[in-house]
Amino acid sequence: MTELLVGTKKGLFLLEGDPGSGFEVRTRAFPGEPVEFATRDPRSGRLLATMTSPFYGPKIFFSDGDPSAEWEQAQGVALPEGGEQALERIWVIARGEADGVLYAGGDPGVLFESHDGGTTWAVNAGLWSQPSRPHWQPGGGGLCLHSICTWPGDPDRLAVAVSAAGIWLTDDAGGSWRRGNVGLNPRYLPQEALADENAGRCVHHVERAPRRPQRLFMQFHGGVYRSDDAGESWTEIGGGGLPSDFGFPLMVDPDDPDSAFVIPLVADMDRVTPDGRVRVYETRDGGSSWSARGAGLPAEHAYLTVLRQAFARAGGGAQLELYFGATSGELFGSGDAGATWSSLASRLPPVFSVVAV
Amino acid sequence: MTVVCVRGPLKELAGGRSNHELDGATVGELLRALELRHPDLGGWILDERGLIRRHINVFVNGERGDRATAVRSDDRIEVLPAITGG
Repeated sequence: MTELLVGTKKGLFLLEGDPGSGFEVRTRAFPGEPVEFATRDPRSGRLLATMTSPFYGPKIFFSDGDPSAEWEQAQGVALPEGGEQALERIWVIARGEADGVLYAGGDPGVLFESHDGGTTWAVNAGLWSQPSRPHWQPGGGGLCLHSICTWPGDPDRLAVAVSAAGIWLTDDAGGSWRRGNVGLNPRYLPQEALADENAGRCVHHVERAPRRPQRLFMQFHGGVYRSDDAGESWTEIGGGGLPSDFGFPLMVDPDDPDSAFVIPLVADMDRVTPDGRVRVYETRDGGSSWSARGAGLPAEHAYLTVLRQAFARAGGGAQLELYFGATSGELFGSGDAGATWSSLASRLPPVFSVVAV
Repeated sequence: MTVVCVRGPLKELAGGRSNHELDGATVGELLRALELRHPDLGGWILDERGLIRRHINVFVNGERGDRATAVRSDDRIEVLPAITGG
């Protein structure tokens, strides 16, 4: 049984089922409110959800009980008072390696840490106080810290991605940070601007290969990349069979460090699935070649937009389950590593995020 | 004392009461005093900069105000989510 946590423009949906027999909506929480992201910490069983009320601002809530009704607001999810910025949104929550540790990424380029399973949070001061921060440039979705890649077995090592302030790496649990943007080619910048390390590096999504943690995959704003040195430098791998190297979602098979999956969109000026067909593209050779995986997915007149947090996995290897949702409210799933797909829901509100537990 | 009136989720966070008598010379001071009395309201009306959130409206005796609006002890302050959309 797999649990899907689907954050939408109009609330959080919890579905249960499996790819072979279908899924059912078990719970809807935060009705009418935009839920950007939700996850469950398997260590505690706690559900966590990020919600940005258009009236009352971004918050993190957690539930240890009935998710249809019992939610409590987490404390400390705010920027330091007295500054010139306000927290705009929480984009993602990730489980840390140390007991009770969680991370949350938000706009404006802020990383929060919790050491008590998500009850209280504090701004990571090392990243917040980066001297270059005043020069960071937001992407179209804001200055969003959207990807948090922990290092299996090493709580001190972390990679985070900020659109469009690029990759940031730490080896001391967030005490100090350095950039990891070598090799990225922002084609939207003039050549003379590339030497400026503050010029926008519009990273869209990053995932680490758990079995080979020095390897990461990245969907960039034009370009798919791989790093084999823990995010210090990047090699473009988007040339071998992708219909477009623009997109947002990216996922990996945790059992296979040579694997990655992307869902390309046409281009930055036309953010829909190419040719009116919905296809997931898979590499099993580290990005040298890509193959379409579309059996069961809409094959004509389907112009979907899949957002960066709306692609999820459960399990691994031959039993890898993949799930993604679209802003059209459709939700798709595969129980065989993307070989075949089925529609799990078709009339949800616009899907912001999908997490499989 | 000036009366600050909140409704909906703000009322729940303010101890379940709508009307709150508070001291302050401006709307901003009153809202900060309300947060101090009911810490669960922190971040719901005012953001980290001390600004009233964009889609929250404040009325002073029925007239639209902002955080700098001066208030008197017999004024009534209404805090309302804006009607947004189209």
